Amino acid sequence: MGMTMSQKILAAHAGLDSVVAGQLIEADLDLVLGNDITSPVAIHEMDKMKVDGVFNKDKIALVPDHFVPNKDIKSAEHCKCVREFARKNEITNYFEVGKMGIEHALLPENGLTIAGDVIIGADSHTCTYGAVGAFSTGVGSTDMAAGMATGKAWFKVPSAIKFVLKNKPAKWVSGKDIILHIIGMIGVDGALYKSMEFTGDGIQYLTMDDRFTIANMAIEAGGKNGIFPVDDLCLEYIKEHSDRTPKVFEADEDAEYDEVIEIDLSALKPTVAFPHLPENTKTVDEIGEEIKIDQVVIGSCTNGRMDDLRIAAKLLEGKTVADGIRLIVIPGTQKIYLQAMEEGLIRTFIEAGGVVSTPTCGPCLGGYMGVLAEKERCVSTTNRNFIGRMGHITSEIYLASPAVAAASAIKGYIASPEVIG
Amino acid sequence: MKEAKGTVIKYGDNVDTDVIIPARYLNSSDPKELATHCMEDLDNEFLNKIKPGDIMVAGKNFGCGSSREHAPISIKACGISCVIAETFARIFYRNSINIGLPIVECPEAAKAIANGDEVEVNFDTGIITDITTGATFKGQPFPEFMQRIIDSEGLVNYINNKN
Repeated sequence: MGMTMSQKILAAHAGLDSVVAGQLIEADLDLVLGNDITSPVAIHEMDKMKVDGVFNKDKIALVPDHFVPNKDIKSAEHCKCVREFARKNEITNYFEVGKMGIEHALLPENGLTIAGDVIIGADSHTCTYGAVGAFSTGVGSTDMAAGMATGKAWFKVPSAIKFVLKNKPAKWVSGKDIILHIIGMIGVDGALYKSMEFTGDGIQYLTMDDRFTIANMAIEAGGKNGIFPVDDLCLEYIKEHSDRTPKVFEADEDAEYDEVIEIDLSALKPTVAFPHLPENTKTVDEIGEEIKIDQVVIGSCTNGRMDDLRIAAKLLEGKTVADGIRLIVIPGTQKIYLQAMEEGLIRTFIEAGGVVSTPTCGPCLGGYMGVLAEKERCVSTTNRNFIGRMGHITSEIYLASPAVAAASAIKGYIASPEVIG
Repeated sequence: MKEAKGTVIKYGDNVDTDVIIPARYLNSSDPKELATHCMEDLDNEFLNKIKPGDIMVAGKNFGCGSSREHAPISIKACGISCVIAETFARIFYRNSINIGLPIVECPEAAKAIANGDEVEVNFDTGIITDITTGATFKGQPFPEFMQRIIDSEGLVNYINNKN
C-alpha cells in the first residue's frame, strides 16, 4: 500500500521501509523547538531525566517570543531560565531580543526548517513548517524535554485528508482565506489526529507566505500536521535561506486518504471567522451588517510576514484608520521589520495612524501589547478567536486576512478590501 | 493509580486550553499556582464546585488549541482524578499521558454521563461505571506503548527507567 507524504518522511526517520496509519513509531528529530512559555517547563522536566545535556546543541531552537521583551517580572524569570539553559548547553540557535522573531516566521527565515525534516516544537503552530515540505508538529513541554535529551519522539503514524487546491484565487484572496474556508468546511476537529496534505494545480499560485499561513492553521482544524509538496518555488526559498540540502518526499500515487476534498480557489472570497471558534466562518459579503470594532491586529505567526505587511500597506497607503480604531502592526521578525522599513511600509502604517511593534506573540494570546477590555471587538490576523483569548471573556475576536484587517481598520467595521478605493 | 472515583463535573465540546488556563497566567509554571486559575474563563465557580478525586467529563475535541502543558498540569493539580471525553485534541492527549493525568476517550460515556453523577473508572479494564444510573461503558484501551508510559507515571520516568 502506498504512503502519504507525511508517512514517507516519518518512515525515513524511523529507519523503516514503510509505515501504516495507526502504527506507533519512534522517529529521529531534525529540530526541537521551544519558546519562553513552554521551555521553562521542559527544562524543569529535563532536569529530572538521567541524561547528560542535550542530544545535539545545533538541533535545538529556543525562541523567547511570547512575552518578550519581558512583560513582567515572572516572564523575565522564565526568559532568564531559558537564557541560562541555552548558555549552559551552548545551544546554537538561541535567539535573544534583537535577534528573536516570532518563532514560526523566524526559523524558516534562518533556514532551520527544510524539506524532509521531522520537527517537533512545544508550540501548537509548529505545523507551519509543512509549507517547506517538512513533517512538523506541535507537542507539549515534556515531549520537548524528551526530544532535547534523546533526539527522538514517539508518533502514532497519522492517516490523512488530501486537499486538492484548484485554479487561481481572486485578487484579495490569500492563504488566510483559504485556510479559514477549509476550517469552516471541516470544523475545528475535522482533521483530528490527521495530516492535512495540500496538492493541486492551485498551489502554483500560492506564495511561500500563503503556504506558511495555511500550514500554520492546520492545528485549528485539529490536524497533526499540514504539508505542501516541494515545488520549484519552495526549493528556491530553501536555497535562499539554508545551506542544508533538502530531501524531497512525494506521496505515492496509490497513497490512501481518509477523504479527498477539492477546493476551487477561484470561487473563494475574503473570509472571516466569527467568535468564538475558527470554524464560524462567513465570507465578507455574507456579513450583511456593520460590525463595529475597536482594534485591529496585523501580525502573528500566521500573518506577520512580508506579503502580509505589503498587502496591508497597499490598502492603508494614503488612508487613515477610522476614528477610535487602534491599529497594531507586528512584523514577524527583525529582518521583516527592516525590509518593511526599507520598502516604506512602516511609514505607511504610522502615517495611517497605526503603531508598529517589535516582534512578539503578545496580543494573539492576550499576553500584552493589545489586550482587549470588556465587550471590545478586534479584527485580527491571528489564529484563534476562543473566549478570552485576547483579553476579557466578553471581548470578541474576528479572524481575517491582512487585507480584510486593513480594510476594517480604515472603515471602523468589518469590511471587504474591495470597498477601499 | 488503578482507578478513579468521584463526582462528575461536565462541560461541552471544544473546551480549549485558553479557557482551561488563560495565557495571562502563563507567566507561572508552578502547578499549585496554575491550579488556582483552572477553567476560570469557562466557569469561574469551577474550583468551588469540585473536590479532590472528582471526574471531568466533556464532549468533542477537549483541550484543543495551544500546546501549553500548563493545561493538563492545572487540571491534575486541582485534584481532578480523570478526564473522560468524546474525543481529545491530540497535543492535549499526548501531554496528559506524558504528565500522568488519566484520560479516557469514550464517546458513549461522555454523552450519557450527567453532571453530578457518581462515576468510577477502572484503568486496567477501561470500564467506566456510572454508579448513579448503573450504566457501564468501555473506554478506548491505550496501545501497549502508551500504557507503559502511563505505568511509569509519565514520560520522564519512562525514559529514566529505559536508560
